[in-house]
Amino acid sequence: MSLVISCNTKGMYGNDFPGEDPPGGLLGEVEAAEAALRAAAERGRGDAQPGDDLAAYFTEVVDADQKIEPRDWMPEAYRRTLIRQIAQHAHSEIIGMQPEGNWISRAPSLKRKAILLAKVQDEAGHGLYLYAAAETLGISRDELVDLLLDGRQKYSSIFNYPTLTWADVGTIGWLVDGAAIVNQVPLCRCSYGPYARAMIRVCKEESFHQRQGYEILYTLAHGTAAQKAMAQDSVNRWWYPSLAMFGPPDGDSTHSAQSMAWKIKRFSNDELRQRFVDMCVGQAEALGLRIPDPELRWNDERQAHDFTQPDYDELTQVIKGNGPCNRQRMEHRRRAHNEGAWVREAATAYAAKRAEKEMVTA
Amino acid sequence: MNQQHTPLWEVFVRARRGLAHTHVGSLHAPDAELALRNARDLYTRRQEGVSIWVVPASAITASSPDEKDAFFDPAADKVYRHPTFYEVPDGVAHL
Repeated sequence: MSLVISCNTKGMYGNDFPGEDPPGGLLGEVEAAEAALRAAAERGRGDAQPGDDLAAYFTEVVDADQKIEPRDWMPEAYRRTLIRQIAQHAHSEIIGMQPEGNWISRAPSLKRKAILLAKVQDEAGHGLYLYAAAETLGISRDELVDLLLDGRQKYSSIFNYPTLTWADVGTIGWLVDGAAIVNQVPLCRCSYGPYARAMIRVCKEESFHQRQGYEILYTLAHGTAAQKAMAQDSVNRWWYPSLAMFGPPDGDSTHSAQSMAWKIKRFSNDELRQRFVDMCVGQAEALGLRIPDPELRWNDERQAHDFTQPDYDELTQVIKGNGPCNRQRMEHRRRAHNEGAWVREAATAYAAKRAEKEMVTA
Repeated sequence: MNQQHTPLWEVFVRARRGLAHTHVGSLHAPDAELALRNARDLYTRRQEGVSIWVVPASAITASSPDEKDAFFDPAADKVYRHPTFYEVPDGVAHL
């Protein structure tokens, strides 16, 4: 219990986010997490011995900031929580390809199109790293795919909003990927080794995504009046849904305390949301765009910005399936999966035929 | 819903000439050739490697954590395998 409390203090917060704007920024924090992972491995620890109290051993490893690996004993609830979280994270990457994929054929230049293609390909890659991490916990890829297609597992609610203009591609990079990075950088220090390692890889690639989005918005915001208006309209529509990406307020968050104790989660939803708002203010100024919140102002006492909370009733509705694009996203995913069936069948049949031939000639 | 479980492959990448292949992750593919191509697209999009190995996960034999005791014990009492075990008299160089 004391662990949960200490995680909520400002002191702990400072450990992962050194300084107001550390040199190297978020990428520097990812590298620090990677170094911490190596250092923890260097400290060494024998595996559990026959006859050891496995639960005590698990707690010891977690408390020492070392990593739990796939074949270690772990509490069933820890395994289930991780499968749920990693799978939903993977599904989000896969569904997240759709809103941006929508603009690949209409990107304003060949350069922007090539960049956007690379970015969407990265999202597919991130989904695959994460599915692989989830599989180390004893669930199969087929089960994971079914959980998404049958609607039994969710993906991030943000992808149920439409991309109406080219500026939305920029805003997704800046705000949506920015919020995702704030959420994900602490996951690089997650107690489960395969997840932590996947997140280090993902975060390094995400920082390209955030910067390309910011550059698109910066270009629009410094273009014609119509382009600037398009950028502002886009930020207006995405700001609150991006704040909602951090989940319900701490008081209503169901999974938090246990995940904190297990070091799956390192910071509360509200702490991360605050961190994100504080980061965005200066970035919006440099863009010359306004964050659509009349209550947004610096609070000297808290050394943080006061801001308006997102509409959590809307978040609940979107999670329940009533967002603007929920049905479209799922239909598209199911169709793509079904239409790819013949490719998977052909590849499997070809592999089987070749294996048979090799048996004959051997 | 059509589902076919394709085999799992472990992927090893040599980052640069002079370094050993290192395990980077895993993927699913029906055969070795597709596993190699998928590995290239998944793990070397940013020139992370100059060479890739893919190995069927089912072909890997692993030592099990609960055998740790017996399996790695022989190394535990042989400190004399490390150069630091030996005392070097003062003034002796190039040793």
